[in-house]
Amino acid sequence: MILDAKIPDGPIEKKWTSFKNNAKLISPANKRKFKVIVVGTGLAGSSASATLAELGYQVETFCFHDSPRRAHSIAAQGGINAAKNYQNDGDSVWRLFYDTIKGGDFRAREANVYRLAEVSGTIIDECVSQGVPFAREYGGELANRSFGGAQVSRTFYAKGQTGQQLLLGAYSALSAQIGLGRVKMHEYSEMLDLVLVDGHAKGIVTRDLITGEITTHAADTVLLCTGGYSNVYYLSTNARGSNVTATWRAYKRGAAFANPCYTQIHPTCIPVAGDYQSKLTLMSESLRNDGRVWVPKAKGDNRAPKDIPEEERDYYLERKYPSYGNLAPRDIASRSAKEACDEGRGVGPGGLGVYLDFADAIKRLGEKTIRERYGNLFEMYENITGESAYERPMRIYPALHYTMGGLWVDYNLMSTIPGLHVLGEANFSDHGANRLGASALMQGLADGYFVIPNTLGEYLSTQFGKKVSTDMPEFKNTEQEVRDRVEKLLSVKGRVPADEFHRLLGLIMWDQCGMARSKESLEKAISEIRALRERFWKEIAIPGTGTELNQSLERAGRVADFLEFGELLCLDALTREESCGGHFRVEHQTPEGEALRHDDKFAEVFAWMFQGEGNTPELVREPLHYEAVHLATRSYK
Amino acid sequence: MSTMHFHLRLWKQESNGSKGQFIDIDAKEIPSECSFLEMLDIVNNRLTTEGKEPIAFESDCREGICGTCSMVINGVPQGPGRGAACQVYMRKFENGQTITIEPYRVEAFPIVKDLVVNRSAYDRIIRSGGFISEHTGGAPDAAATLIPKPVADAAMDAAACIGCGACAAACPNSSPMLFVGAKVTHLGLLPQGQAERKSRARNMVRTMQEEGFGNCSNYYACEAVCPANVPATVIARLNRDYISGEVSQAVGAID
Repeated sequence: MILDAKIPDGPIEKKWTSFKNNAKLISPANKRKFKVIVVGTGLAGSSASATLAELGYQVETFCFHDSPRRAHSIAAQGGINAAKNYQNDGDSVWRLFYDTIKGGDFRAREANVYRLAEVSGTIIDECVSQGVPFAREYGGELANRSFGGAQVSRTFYAKGQTGQQLLLGAYSALSAQIGLGRVKMHEYSEMLDLVLVDGHAKGIVTRDLITGEITTHAADTVLLCTGGYSNVYYLSTNARGSNVTATWRAYKRGAAFANPCYTQIHPTCIPVAGDYQSKLTLMSESLRNDGRVWVPKAKGDNRAPKDIPEEERDYYLERKYPSYGNLAPRDIASRSAKEACDEGRGVGPGGLGVYLDFADAIKRLGEKTIRERYGNLFEMYENITGESAYERPMRIYPALHYTMGGLWVDYNLMSTIPGLHVLGEANFSDHGANRLGASALMQGLADGYFVIPNTLGEYLSTQFGKKVSTDMPEFKNTEQEVRDRVEKLLSVKGRVPADEFHRLLGLIMWDQCGMARSKESLEKAISEIRALRERFWKEIAIPGTGTELNQSLERAGRVADFLEFGELLCLDALTREESCGGHFRVEHQTPEGEALRHDDKFAEVFAWMFQGEGNTPELVREPLHYEAVHLATRSYK
Repeated sequence: MSTMHFHLRLWKQESNGSKGQFIDIDAKEIPSECSFLEMLDIVNNRLTTEGKEPIAFESDCREGICGTCSMVINGVPQGPGRGAACQVYMRKFENGQTITIEPYRVEAFPIVKDLVVNRSAYDRIIRSGGFISEHTGGAPDAAATLIPKPVADAAMDAAACIGCGACAAACPNSSPMLFVGAKVTHLGLLPQGQAERKSRARNMVRTMQEEGFGNCSNYYACEAVCPANVPATVIARLNRDYISGEVSQAVGAID
């Protein structure tokens, strides 16, 4: 199979304009005849649903939460990038494009990233018009701040709750369309499979989480906006419910899964405290502006931090990266923390933590200023750990945060299954091997508000007169397969809860395929995952029935998919014999221990195609052609 | 790490139509550092291991922002302290303490199972007017409208509402007016929200009444429990905009 990304011809800055000038349009009278299924109501799903309904399409939207407003986009803290150049500090579409490509360690597709930068400004216009209360200056102008990987201030924010406010903006636009009867909203509905008719995505199978009813839904096209898969690591900053099921089911129906090994590990999270822990909490990257990261110089130094004298401390980021210091990029800061802990110099329970110390900043600026800047974060930290960061340094450790990989899509956001479109974190296209801060919100909204409304016509214009209905055997058969799978889960009747399998899977993933990966560790991970999966199908405990609200059943289904997906992630990591961005293979590093890319062999996307249960998936490569930028080595020394 | 023991009185109810009751469960050897929901996870996983059905409760982000939590802990919606139920930690309780956990008791939030209630009434209130009608692509440049910082900050304070339903659950009248007022205030303070300001408040209050919620009678229990610190002053603004909306319609000034 050859992957055709359908990138428009012409110079990079003209591609999107030329695409739009030549794109297939669907007339208003015909839009009414086409039905679109949207799965997921985060930034991508809500914005796409609202916008497509405004355009006149019939939209049916599904989410597994009780309300579309609960999607995990709501938890994003920092901000959203846009090349507005309101600060007159030299920003431009080109710079945002270049920063994103470079930040992604030259593993993203140029044309998609340029388009993202190009539409970034209109996202801010749109959100302000919806009433998103972005931070303002005293004169009433929009405020901006700076984020990692950029030398300009292009990040718009709403306190530490930017994701919440952007999602509520998209949710309000969606709510307006639901109120007008243009979107049919299905809450508590979990997508459990994709229905193909003649090889095209034409519907989904869902389970009503309250009644257990399994039903099919037909449409002319399906949009998956179902987020990332960080929870394959069990402990992550993602919500408890975030899962891979929708994209994994699509993969098993023929959609290529691209670059699953590109995972982002965020350096500043509250460390793991014990087995009981259900998730990890992020401490905003902004803390590194005033906090200094250190560990004791000596191994196993158990003294309280205040008893360790200055000369016995190792401010390792300042030492190793003098020009960026504590503001080194996420992947590098995370790896350095791991190194220090591996050397036995970690602090706190289990030695898995490093200090983020504000003592100098408090001395320099006063406690009042620090309280104003970071008060809510210090409060959150104290609430969780019972320690005051005003009195002793915070303990932090890296944790899974975001996944750059996802279903492969072309320039139109269509997967390798005709009619199946994938938006937001669920697709792979824009962040390469590492995502910059404040770019996830930008991408989710770009895809939903401005890209898909323009690209959907390319597919739909080929679908006149090809209506499907849920009476067709394809729907009945897929529905039966879903019923069988639910039955199979319920029939195991073991005694081990899904959480336990999930936790064990997470340990394998984190230990063998986390911040440092090797051939040996990945092969070990694959064999351990297989064994765990086998155990799962013998011992999983699911009390209750399938015809009621059954949270054990929901979790078990998601963990079953993670147990399959984890193996693909490790296989991808094993096959990518280089280090890039968040993917660090210990065999491939510079003498200084930095990531070493092999552009001659791996400047390409790895897209995996399902070949049937038990068979090795087929690897299809999409070469990445860099026409506008030159490949370069990142340096933060 | 030390462990603690608790005596739980948990609400168990099969479904909306069935009769519910409190059951007693001893939560033994709970790590003192874990969160309230992690304590429930431990209890549930133990029940599952014993072949018994776990207690159904909802949560998602577990960092206090998604609003999925919906339980009442010792009589307080979303539990003691600021923040949602997921932000409550066991070290705040006494070792050996009895803890009562039950669902919201609000007629407009029917019980689904155990601690899970259906809060879709809040979505329907938003759908009746909690937005600015505009369409994607029609927006002027974001810098075109200047909004003074104090106004933007006040709008943000109201917009911080997480839609969890604790306000209605805390209110003796089951009034959601802190929730409705938060949205009316957020949008009503901003210049973009002026065009629909009166009809928005009127439509949302009408829907709120149709859904079976009560009106505010100045207990301020909502403000006391709100995990997002939404101030009760939003209710004053809601009342003003609502009356203005009804009067404007009566005299034919708005549709």
